[in-house]
Amino acid sequence: MEHVIHLTVNGTPISGRVRSDRRLVDFLREDLELTGTKEGCGEGECGACTILMNGVAVNSCLVLAVEADGSEILTVEGLARGGELDPLQKEFAEKGAVQCGYCTPGMLMSAKALLSRHPSPTEEQVREAIAGNLCRCTGYKKIVEAILAAGGRGRA
Amino acid sequence: MNTQNQSNTRLLLPEFEYVKPKTKTEALQLLDQYRDKDTRILAGGTDLITKMKTGALSASRLIHVRDIKELSGARQIDSALHIGAVTTLADLERLPEVKSVYSALYEALRSMAAPAVRNMATIGGNLCNGSPAADTAPALMVLGTVCTLSSLTGERRMKLSEFFVAPGRTALLPGEMLTELAVEGVRPGSGSCFLKIGRVSADIAKVNIAVYLERDGDRITDCRLAAGSVGPTPLLLDSVASLLKGSRISQQMLSEAGRMVEDAISPITDARSTQEYRKAISCILAEEAIKAAWVRSGGEVPR
Repeated sequence: MEHVIHLTVNGTPISGRVRSDRRLVDFLREDLELTGTKEGCGEGECGACTILMNGVAVNSCLVLAVEADGSEILTVEGLARGGELDPLQKEFAEKGAVQCGYCTPGMLMSAKALLSRHPSPTEEQVREAIAGNLCRCTGYKKIVEAILAAGGRGRA
Repeated sequence: MNTQNQSNTRLLLPEFEYVKPKTKTEALQLLDQYRDKDTRILAGGTDLITKMKTGALSASRLIHVRDIKELSGARQIDSALHIGAVTTLADLERLPEVKSVYSALYEALRSMAAPAVRNMATIGGNLCNGSPAADTAPALMVLGTVCTLSSLTGERRMKLSEFFVAPGRTALLPGEMLTELAVEGVRPGSGSCFLKIGRVSADIAKVNIAVYLERDGDRITDCRLAAGSVGPTPLLLDSVASLLKGSRISQQMLSEAGRMVEDAISPITDARSTQEYRKAISCILAEEAIKAAWVRSGGEVPR
């Protein structure tokens, strides 16, 4: 069963044809070739596939593409504006919050959702916001520092 | 069931038909029309999609209801808080009255999953899965929740404690959908608490326990206890509540209540915990939850 969907991805209106069993993560990666979003566990445990749907963080492996009809999607590719990195991306690079990089897009999107709700979060809020994002390099400390810095609460 | 499929190696879901009704009536019409087919309701999808992927559950048709506005959000009617079944866990957790009035529910919501899952998962979905471990179930049960089951022919209401029938089975009949939860108002001089033991934080419960009590001086005048993951359904622990009702609070009374919990539950050994551990920890959790609810009601820490 095929469906025609209309959505906005990183500010661009997109239309597509999807089968009902197509997941949003596959639609983004394979149909739109936005491979910044990663798939890890495929069951909502690891957070690698985190994107923003209508402003809130969701696991794109648990969302059907057809469910995203009419929604506004933001992926890691949409963070930079006009060649300028998002403050979160800058801080991740500066603080060395990236090791193998596989969890990074999901971490960034969970952090983006947090900062849009709480522009200057506490460390506790940061830790909770990324509680569903696993980093198997265990580089959490730098990641927390980078998000705090992007929220203006970093240590000098 | 093919156990290999449960290791979640399949990238794709089996194909199914997807329908998205715009209103509650339209959803009920579809449910009625497809009642003898392999049709499931899709709300948040955080459990359903995973189960369909691993092959633990199959469906040939999904009715997507999460975006139906009249089934979402909460409003105060008289003394009760009426919660639409597709309200997300995240939205519920952010309601000021949930945090300030319904402590047990707030703590249950906070203990569940990670933010991205809570943004999708719905309160109705958590209950309709019929999992004995559903965290919102014991909390809502002790807070005196009545659920509304709707079908094309009308509505029926029942206590949430009667909604759970067996593991994975609820009182919902073909053509019916859970549409609303009405949580009783709490009385002045009352307190509630939810406690849970998991393997790690945000995990499915090995054991969860909720308590609501009303206090007059140093006596418990009314009380409800419920526990999850220790029986085929979330259990209301009436025998323990009767012991506490009318009692003066004391450490001795708490210990006795804890011992009674052990007899009131029937846990099994599974992937998450053992029968022995669940029995032992349930007693301690119950004592601590009663104590916390008592202190929240304004009572002094019992000696």
